[in-house]
Amino acid sequence: MRKKKLSHLKEAGIRAFFFTCGVVAVLVLVGIFLTLVLTAVPAFREIKLSEFLLSKAWDPTSPEKAEYGILSMVMSTIMVTGGALLLAVPIGIAVAAYLSDVAHWRVREILKPIVEILAGIPSVVIGFLGIVLIGPALSKIFHTGNGLNAVNGSVLLAIMALPTIISISEDSLNAVPKAYNEASLALGASRWQTLLRVKLPAGLSGIIAAAMLGMGRAIGETMTVLMATGNARAFPHGFLDSVRTMTAGIAIELGEVPYYTTHYYALFAIGLVLFVITFAVNLVADIVLHKYQEREQ
Amino acid sequence: MKRTKIFTALVLALLGLAGIAAAQRAKMIQVKGSDTMVNLVQILAEEYMGKTPGAAIAVLGGGSGTGITGLINQTCDIANSSREWKQKEIDQAWEKGVSPRFFVAAVDGLSIVVNEKNPLEQLTVAQVGALYRGDVKNWKAVGGMEKAVSLYGRQSNSGTYVFMQEFVLGNKNYSADMKEMNGNAQIIEGLIQDEGAVGYVGVGYLHDQDGKIRKGLKVLKISKEPNGTGFLPTDKAAVDSGAYPLSRPLYMATSGKPKSDVAQFLGWIVGPEGQAIVEREGFFIVGEGKYKAANDKNFK
Amino acid sequence: MKTSTRKGIAQAVGFLALRAAMGLVLAVLLLFLYDIGKKGGGAISWEFLTEAPRRGMTEGGIFPAIVGTFLVTLITAVLAVPLGMSAAIYLHEYAKQSRLTRLIRLSIRNLSGVPSIVYGLFGVILFVNAMRFGTSILSAGLTLGLMTLPWTVTASEEALKTIPNSYREGAMALGATKWQTIRTNVLPYAIPGMLTGTVLGLARAAGETAPILFTGAAFYLPFLPRSLGDQFMALPYHLYIMATQHHAIQQVRPLAYGTALVLIGLVLGLNMTAVVLRYRLRRKHR
Repeated sequence: MRKKKLSHLKEAGIRAFFFTCGVVAVLVLVGIFLTLVLTAVPAFREIKLSEFLLSKAWDPTSPEKAEYGILSMVMSTIMVTGGALLLAVPIGIAVAAYLSDVAHWRVREILKPIVEILAGIPSVVIGFLGIVLIGPALSKIFHTGNGLNAVNGSVLLAIMALPTIISISEDSLNAVPKAYNEASLALGASRWQTLLRVKLPAGLSGIIAAAMLGMGRAIGETMTVLMATGNARAFPHGFLDSVRTMTAGIAIELGEVPYYTTHYYALFAIGLVLFVITFAVNLVADIVLHKYQEREQ
Repeated sequence: MKRTKIFTALVLALLGLAGIAAAQRAKMIQVKGSDTMVNLVQILAEEYMGKTPGAAIAVLGGGSGTGITGLINQTCDIANSSREWKQKEIDQAWEKGVSPRFFVAAVDGLSIVVNEKNPLEQLTVAQVGALYRGDVKNWKAVGGMEKAVSLYGRQSNSGTYVFMQEFVLGNKNYSADMKEMNGNAQIIEGLIQDEGAVGYVGVGYLHDQDGKIRKGLKVLKISKEPNGTGFLPTDKAAVDSGAYPLSRPLYMATSGKPKSDVAQFLGWIVGPEGQAIVEREGFFIVGEGKYKAANDKNFK
Repeated sequence: MKTSTRKGIAQAVGFLALRAAMGLVLAVLLLFLYDIGKKGGGAISWEFLTEAPRRGMTEGGIFPAIVGTFLVTLITAVLAVPLGMSAAIYLHEYAKQSRLTRLIRLSIRNLSGVPSIVYGLFGVILFVNAMRFGTSILSAGLTLGLMTLPWTVTASEEALKTIPNSYREGAMALGATKWQTIRTNVLPYAIPGMLTGTVLGLARAAGETAPILFTGAAFYLPFLPRSLGDQFMALPYHLYIMATQHHAIQQVRPLAYGTALVLIGLVLGLNMTAVVLRYRLRRKHR
């Protein structure tokens, strides 16, 4: 009888251990959020929230008047992300369609890991290639003196977002029930028409989720944009301008800021904004994917 | 069971190592700060360690602001800065029980550089300020060609950035269109490719390994007055006498009187061997004047 | 024109466009790898891989960076692998479908989307300051460990899913407790798959720069780190400074390429190993 009770306790203990490990994920997420909030809040003792969110001027070390507006950085992030998606979503869907519908299965077995390789290239290497390869090329094509601008950032971020978009889009295209395909073909449609008019619409929510996850990846990327976009603080007026994203803004100034000053708190406030944006994007993507999976069941 | 044992052992080992880690910190001399100085100080450290068995020096960059913060937060032994500390920073240091002492390791002639295709030869300090404040957007306005000005500079953690702002921009804001590069070398890289470019770098960055001015660059003469004589930052006499308007001391700061190993390193730097390296790397030596006197005092 | 011909042409054009997209992606990848391979290959030598940087980092090698990356990744693994495996075991073997379980899964998915610089911010507050580990291998490794956690959990869960339920049922039918079942009938078969998956996460961690920027990476350290409390050089950070902050960028460009090549080689090597292992394991289990 005793032996059984001890064994019960041991089982319960082990279960509790694994449960704790499972809950850690939630704790970390909440922890990150709370840390950001707690460290960011003191900034707003000195900075007006409206100035923070709406002012284009970011100049915390100005000898004239310290400015803490993040609008230019937000705009820069939006531009490079938008540019990246403009490139990556059509190409990504096309490649996903190719892999799911056109490629011979043996070809697919080889190409899928190759696309994974693209995902494996570290962001600092991509940023490096932005400086040494893409930058000079852009400078020649667009006749600017310098290739470090939003176009460069968009191209690089597109490359980084592609594997995510391809992978998830392909999954969602493959998950379209065979019955749909067979019905369409039986009615006389070609494979291409089936792809365009049946599979893509059916897999649309998965594809949207893929695009959103790709977007989240682009928004949160730091090293690539830090190295290749020129980091000018001005509000960007065009894609050939040098831009500074929110992530680069934090990376540039965190190392030198004296601890526990308004400037320090303000950097965490930017981090909080980033966290909230990427969280929202990922959450929506999640809901879309979830709904899509439920519907298919 | 075995797996749990291994896991527990790993966790305990980790905790143990963490303890050792906490106890063993800062056996090396930690030097942080100015990007203008980082390569110079790194080479100095390398040669010093070669000559001094047992010496261990870690040179980290990060910009003058990072070094100053590091000394104040007591995460480094020496803070390199290419500018003077602001009063606010000195106050912060005192608040935290750090009383900074400033050694001059070298003298820099902050250089204004343009692309070699730029026909200009000379500018006044005021004109450079106008360019960098964004008051002037075309080279024509300062007597140059018809072309938009493409500004290259540093980020706010740079002592050079702050120095320029104080002495050239008259404590006004930089133009928001200035491209803020990550270091001196990146500015030069940008300049070489960009015909309308202008940038500011430490004099030690002007030369390539053979001692000649880097291909693709042109160093401007700077004058104080509109029709005055302009001087090059590579002109040692002009830098020493102050005729070159943008000369500045490069500081290495310690918290209070430096400890023996730190003092030995600093002493070597301001001594003949260190200063020979300073000169070899393209900067200017401290000389026999006021900087030397201040250094000697700080060692006591 | 007959409808069927029109359909045929439309399909040919359409499929061609799709093939072109695939070709474009492949071309970009090959261009990148070729550029780095060609320009980095020239810098690789035994000296490059085994010596420390010299003469203001214009000569010598990247050995300290290789060691630093290795050590940091080790700490990352110590945190992320057991924790990730355990969380996956909970999710797959113990947890019932409940709101808490959904919350845990949601958290894991969202953690993988948090920007790397935000992890860096968190690492500075938690490990460098609050826990007083300072800027060190420990702080950087733990920060990367948190970042890698979502990957290890997901990969481990995938591995657990491949174990057929019959294995579990068999043990339980014989009277084994839950833990005994897991320990004897699930884990031995799942662990190889779990480890394979986590290797991919570690490969990613090895290549990350933003989380280690402020938690321990150093510009130049003449010695190998002697303890976990020391700062360290790291391959991704070394590439960053060689490309942007070195005093003679043009001169050391070949060394930067060499560093990039070593970094890519390391990361891709790990990736390949994991992929091959996973392929082999799948074949075995079918």
